[in-house]
Amino acid sequence: MSHAFRLFWTGWLFNVKNLTTSGFFILNATISPIFFATIAHYMFESGGRAGSLLYASLGAGMMGIWSSVLFGSGGLIQWQRWQGTLEYVIGVPPRLILVVLPMTVATASIGLYSIASTLLWGRVIFGLPLDFVHPGWFVVALLASIVSLGLLGLVLSSTFVLLRNANSLSNLLEYPVWLVTGLLISLSLLPGWTRPISWVLAPTWGIKAIRAAALGGDAVTPVVLCLVLGLLYAVAGHFTLGYFEVRARKSATLALR
Amino acid sequence: MNSLRLFFVGGMTSYRALFYWLSPTIYIPSLIVAPIFQILLFAYIGRSAGLESDLFYVTGNAIQYASIPCLFAMSQLVSGERYQNTLFAILVSPARRLPLFVGRALPVMGNAAFVSAVSFAAGCLILGVSIPAEAIPGLAAVILVAAFSCTGLGLINAAISLRVRENAVLSNVIFGFLLIFTGANVPISELPGWMQDVSHALPLTHAIEAARELATGAPFSSVTDLLATELGIGVAYLAVGLALLRVFEWQGRKHATLEQL
Repeated sequence: MSHAFRLFWTGWLFNVKNLTTSGFFILNATISPIFFATIAHYMFESGGRAGSLLYASLGAGMMGIWSSVLFGSGGLIQWQRWQGTLEYVIGVPPRLILVVLPMTVATASIGLYSIASTLLWGRVIFGLPLDFVHPGWFVVALLASIVSLGLLGLVLSSTFVLLRNANSLSNLLEYPVWLVTGLLISLSLLPGWTRPISWVLAPTWGIKAIRAAALGGDAVTPVVLCLVLGLLYAVAGHFTLGYFEVRARKSATLALR
Repeated sequence: MNSLRLFFVGGMTSYRALFYWLSPTIYIPSLIVAPIFQILLFAYIGRSAGLESDLFYVTGNAIQYASIPCLFAMSQLVSGERYQNTLFAILVSPARRLPLFVGRALPVMGNAAFVSAVSFAAGCLILGVSIPAEAIPGLAAVILVAAFSCTGLGLINAAISLRVRENAVLSNVIFGFLLIFTGANVPISELPGWMQDVSHALPLTHAIEAARELATGAPFSSVTDLLATELGIGVAYLAVGLALLRVFEWQGRKHATLEQL
């Protein structure tokens, strides 16, 4: 157990540092959410929904977390392949899931830069007061969201790798998930058939928990649902990663696909 | 004659090379599906904010999304050639730079107009937005002019790619600026004064305004001023882009840094 924890901690720290040195990841994680937060702020303010800056900032921050997971975890195995490190990732004695999990949680953790940048932007430019209703629960909700999205990243990393153009799938899924998980809108505005899709996506519950903690409301239920979804993603990721590993070993295409 | 050949044949070859990697499996998600969902996202935020009609967001975002192919494909003119180790071969050639680069910009412009038109039509269909049939030729002209002016901005982006390594990030940042400043989602009158001043000097702003007027039934004659301004902005950006390409190429030769990024 302590070995698995040490592996997770070391892998997570290394990958967070590694991603932090990437100009592409850091600039996209910090600047893009600011654009969306600014637009949403002006839209809500012009539409007479004053006081919704914190709502918009948190939603835009979560958009950044989703983008980091989508592009970071979705392209994770392909990236290892390009760097020539995939053989080592698979060949080392620990189980594959224990090696990949810290990487996908690290991509979600990079999304923290997004939340930090949108809140800081709101504070500095628009004078947003950062007095959260339940600050303790805010931290818990944020951590639960990061872990849950990191586990979703585990599923993405092992399924996207089976496709030749994983990046295009990432492009395909960015806006729809922002929309269907209600990061900047109320889910009640969307057609009823989209509801089940929202329920199985961690950002839906993550943003509910974060907003409830920051603006007031029940943060416990969405945190629990977020973690339950995370567990389901972990189970799914275990099987999809196993499938990928067996298939790649059998066909000897680890570095070739 | 040689310049004409360079303009058409060079442009077409470059465009085909771009689509060597930009296959349908990349093209459709990135340039057909993504703009439709951008329209839907902002239309729903607009409904949530109670700000403008769906038509406002369909028009604004469909035209603003022309910037994605313009910015990324134009920066690829330089970074793609550098990646393929062919940049030096192009820059040592005695070919005139105007037909060389503008020829490569022409297919990009056509592609941007196509992306814009398809997302506009799809946005209207999905959100149930109707526009007068007589507005369609005018809207087509607006989309073409918007694609032209944004290609000018793309050429500046291509020139900067001679000096900047992270040109994908730069393209994303410019895209974000255009999303805010062109009035695609927030009426320009609602933006602070300095932002309004900036927006009037950017490509797409006047085209979006013209398209909105046409879509609400205004005659084409009432938007010719806006189109002329948009066209003028496009020509200015194109001229700046060509000048920057010259300057950065000269600097790259002088310091031997063309391929060192």
